[in-house]
Amino acid sequence: MNIVVLIKPTPDVTKVRFDVERGVVDRSSAELEINQFDLYAVEVALLIKEVLGGSVTAVSMAPPQGERALRDAVARGVDKAILLTDGRFAGADTLATSYTLAAAVRKLGGYDLILCGEKSVDGDTAHVGPEVAEHLNVPHAAFVTRVVEVSSNKVVVESDYGDAYYLLELQLPALISLSRPVVFRDRVVEPRTPRLGDVLKARRARVEVWDAYYLADVADLEGFGLAGSATRVVRVFNVFEKDRNSITVSGEEGVDRILEVLRSRRLV
Amino acid sequence: MWSGVLVYAENYGRGLKSSVFELLGKASELRTRLGGLVYSITLASEEVDVHAEELIYYGSDKVLVYRVPKELLPNQLVHRDALVDSVKALKPKLVLISATPWGRSLGPRVAAHLKTGITADCLDIYVDENGDVVQVRPAFTGNVIAHIKTLRTPVIATVRPKVFPMPEPDHGRKGDVLCMKLNIPGNDVAGVRVLGVAREKLVKLSEAEVIISVGKGLRSREDLRLFEELAKALGGQVACSRPLVDVGWMERDRQVGFSGNVVRPRIYIACGISGAPQHLAGMRDSEYVIAVNTDSSAPIGRYSDLLVVGDFYEVIPKLVERIKELKSKL
Ligand SMILES: Cc1cc2nc3c(=O)[nH]c(=O)nc-3n(C[C@H](O)[C@H](O)[C@H](O)COP(=O)(O)OP(=O)(O)OC[C@H]3O[C@@H](n4cnc5c(N)ncnc54)[C@H](O)[C@@H]3O)c2cc1C
Repeated sequence: MNIVVLIKPTPDVTKVRFDVERGVVDRSSAELEINQFDLYAVEVALLIKEVLGGSVTAVSMAPPQGERALRDAVARGVDKAILLTDGRFAGADTLATSYTLAAAVRKLGGYDLILCGEKSVDGDTAHVGPEVAEHLNVPHAAFVTRVVEVSSNKVVVESDYGDAYYLLELQLPALISLSRPVVFRDRVVEPRTPRLGDVLKARRARVEVWDAYYLADVADLEGFGLAGSATRVVRVFNVFEKDRNSITVSGEEGVDRILEVLRSRRLV
Repeated sequence: MWSGVLVYAENYGRGLKSSVFELLGKASELRTRLGGLVYSITLASEEVDVHAEELIYYGSDKVLVYRVPKELLPNQLVHRDALVDSVKALKPKLVLISATPWGRSLGPRVAAHLKTGITADCLDIYVDENGDVVQVRPAFTGNVIAHIKTLRTPVIATVRPKVFPMPEPDHGRKGDVLCMKLNIPGNDVAGVRVLGVAREKLVKLSEAEVIISVGKGLRSREDLRLFEELAKALGGQVACSRPLVDVGWMERDRQVGFSGNVVRPRIYIACGISGAPQHLAGMRDSEYVIAVNTDSSAPIGRYSDLLVVGDFYEVIPKLVERIKELKSKL
């Protein structure tokens, strides 16, 4: 089983500063780490490999400092790490990002299963996984809460449709995007903590770096980065809080106040 | 010439989603600036006429109905093919899809197929002074709001349910209904076979009007009874922050936040929840927020209309008692 895990190196959103003037993240304000949701994709990939054998390849499209996240993936046990980095990839929206990731997967060739997290903590779209699947013309399941069974030619998953969870059988190759918490067979998946020895080893591990030209035989360079993006961010604001006329009370008065609110809304 | 607005009317075998009507209301409003018609497209195996009629009452001028066998209705690739087909036939300027998990899985496939842009989970859509469609969405776990334009056609957006008001249906409204055909290869369309419903959702928090949410301050699973009692008295639902799901005391369906459910109730009561950005991302648009917290400086206070400083183990039982008293007097 050849598994590809798509990892987005993301900043810690609680620490990152946002340059509202320029509409971009102040990259110096936080180091890049594996997107929280992608940690589950890495873990599930490793669990599947334990059962079926094969290899796990991590692919990220990121600026050079994204390498740190890939080394973390290596420390956790992925066999190979590829960083897609090039000025031509910059400014990509979900269309261009998914096009680039799909090109890299095509370049790798011989894949059976692609795993990714449900969404990223910064972009927050949940769109990249399904778009990658469309570019590769393979089936996908999104918001997967359980990987029920996986064999050499198919995977059975439980996917959140909104009103209910549906059971889907996908022929491989296929892509699945994982929610959290996620169950693998009967076990709730908890991302492992890499061992110190593995962290140290991962520091010296090779992270392959691919640029735009390296993908020229499998993709159209015009499809990458800002040039390949169909959307533009025209303005960005910090979220201003809704004007809540916050009242602070304590003790017994609190109960009275809550009752007042409930009564004014005819709930009691 | 691309014009008009196409609303994708989500139905995978459980009836039309009510958020579809919100989209139709918005589409009717945007159409006055964008020109063209309000279209809708839906897939159905039965009650085709009923669905089409409803879509017209809520604002569609033209409805495209793709009739598919019941067992294929929950297959997303069938919906992709139908939506792509309808976009090619109608050439709408804008396509609106509800940002349900289903919509956020289907929409991007359609956008990638058409090689156009898609904006996720929009909180608003407007037409600017140049006549361009502008999409407003949160990013960075809800910490920033971005305004986005799409340079290609159609513009595709998934829209968060309950952000646009529900329009009044006009039962006298007339429109066209077109029955469409789709070439469907077989039972496992393009490698996907839907085996059935695995589990029903315990609760649809996004539709709740009153939510009592509990956080890490909870000492034992049994103590949840306290909140269930309050929820019952108010006709609401019990919800929680992530730590309670992580320890297995609550189901994911009841988690509010970035990795859980986005809610917009009339009243949100946060008990023992500190107000981490990931939690706020799921509830900050609630109509009225009450927080009960022992810590008067907890961040949730800044996002609340009423902060009660106190131990919820004291406040909530007293509240339940007072509500019971009130009810017994009636
Ligand atoms: C990628 C990612 C996604 C996440 N998604 C979510 C999400 O969807 N939803 C979510 O909720 N979190 C999410 N989190 C976790 C989030 O960061 C916080 O850790 C979490 O919300 C904290 O939950 P809490 O407020 O219940 O607990 P705490 O932060 O520990 O706060 C407990 C609060 O309870 C108060 N308290 C304690 N006892 C009492 C008492 N007896 N009476 C009154 N007050 C009391 C304390 O003063 C404190 O303010 C996510 C994190 C990450 C990294």
